[in-house]
Amino acid sequence: MSSTNRTVVVTGIGATTPLGGDAASTWEGLVAGKSGVKPLEEDWAADQAVRIAARVAVEPTEVLPRPQARRLDRSAQFALIAAKEAWADAGFEAKAGEDPTVDPDRLGAVIASGIGGVTTLLDQYDVLKEKGVRRVSPHTVPMLMPNGPSANVGLAVGARAGVHTPVSACASGAEAIGYAIEMIRTGRADVVVAGGTEAAIHPLPIAAFGNMMAMSKNNDDPQGASRPYDVARDGFVLGEGAGVVVLESAEHAAKRGARVYAEAVGQGISADAHDIVQPEPEGRGISHALQNLLDRTDLNPAEIVHVNAHATSTPAGDIAELKALRKVFGDDTDHFAVSATKSMTGHLLGGAGGVESVATVLALYHRVAPPTINVENLDPEAEANADVVRGEARKLPVEGRIAALNDSFGFGGHNVVLAFRTV
Amino acid sequence: MAATQEEIVAGLAEIVNEIAGIPVEDVQLDKSFTDDLDVDSLSMVEVVVAAEERFDVKIPDEDVKNLKTVGDATDYILKHQG
Repeated sequence: MSSTNRTVVVTGIGATTPLGGDAASTWEGLVAGKSGVKPLEEDWAADQAVRIAARVAVEPTEVLPRPQARRLDRSAQFALIAAKEAWADAGFEAKAGEDPTVDPDRLGAVIASGIGGVTTLLDQYDVLKEKGVRRVSPHTVPMLMPNGPSANVGLAVGARAGVHTPVSACASGAEAIGYAIEMIRTGRADVVVAGGTEAAIHPLPIAAFGNMMAMSKNNDDPQGASRPYDVARDGFVLGEGAGVVVLESAEHAAKRGARVYAEAVGQGISADAHDIVQPEPEGRGISHALQNLLDRTDLNPAEIVHVNAHATSTPAGDIAELKALRKVFGDDTDHFAVSATKSMTGHLLGGAGGVESVATVLALYHRVAPPTINVENLDPEAEANADVVRGEARKLPVEGRIAALNDSFGFGGHNVVLAFRTV
Repeated sequence: MAATQEEIVAGLAEIVNEIAGIPVEDVQLDKSFTDDLDVDSLSMVEVVVAAEERFDVKIPDEDVKNLKTVGDATDYILKHQG
């Protein structure tokens, strides 16, 4: 096999999400149809039009040593926790080099967020205004820079083949994993730690997203607020957390006898060139990304049985995605069990692609599609285009090779589709 | 009232514990901030700012580089505290 077309596999997973402090508890919550959305109890929330969000289930300061936590932005704390879990899950016992099975010069890290260290930036601006110049933390810059999570993960595992941070709003986490797949496929690295993180539950982002009319204002029913495909959906619910995978060339994984969760088949990417925030209503850009995925990989549509949809619970976006799937895959769409896990986790922005890739990989590994919760009245346009897994988790075919997609789209018109399949 | 040497070391120990997580009993006069106490250059700025506030002293940036050990910092504060 040529070094520019190597097979890439997933050998480790990690997450910290509104449903649990690790990948296993997150998966358990997803399959059980649990909502991670809660009322915002902080004083600042009282004035907000949106007073609900999905905070992480386990505070990072309960996991990380205090001196380390205090010099990391919350988004980097999440990333580090998820990355450490994924790294250990992949069977590595120490950082690259110290663990002889992975060469630091052949190890990369690609962790993305949509917004970067926004809470650090805003909190330190408050310090500047209230306490003066001298009190601004000297750690502010490395904490707020968008590459901070990637760089900190790279330091933790000893990655020297390259550390990257693609930024594409809510597609960032998926773009990071796509970038990592290419790093391995093209021979730049043998192992890459990749994923997405976000920590933006703060009065400014909430006010700003709220004023865009992008978020659900269903404050009276937090757990029912994120309702993709329901006729009464009124916007997304902001979530926070991180999801990280360890990607590895199949050859490298086989050599060290690693457990393989799934093959990372590849990615399809496109841009809408339509509007800075509105999705193209017919899903043309999304179709283009899906078509690119088919053209650039050996993915067989007959094997696709599950889609972890982008579906954020916005009126226009949810349907545009389903129309694109129908347009590109035609009758094959009938055997896609479509799940919108944001109904449970909320929307993790740049973290979404990471967490949902973990969910997609586990759906294949366990052959179970998590449900979309809160669909009381299925939108007829959703029903006409797709088979939405509603209410309860659904078993996927127990035999043969199966494949799944994870869609992520971002403000700016970024479309990223990742494909995984069983091995 | 000015702090004694003992009070300053105890205060610095609390600050270093908060910033670097080092047990307070390990923070002693002969210990180097960078080599013994896990205080890197950015964290040293935090230690200095916290010490300024606690002991009512100004430590200009050009003097910070001379404060290698807990003893150096203690002497500086003893001499300059307001």
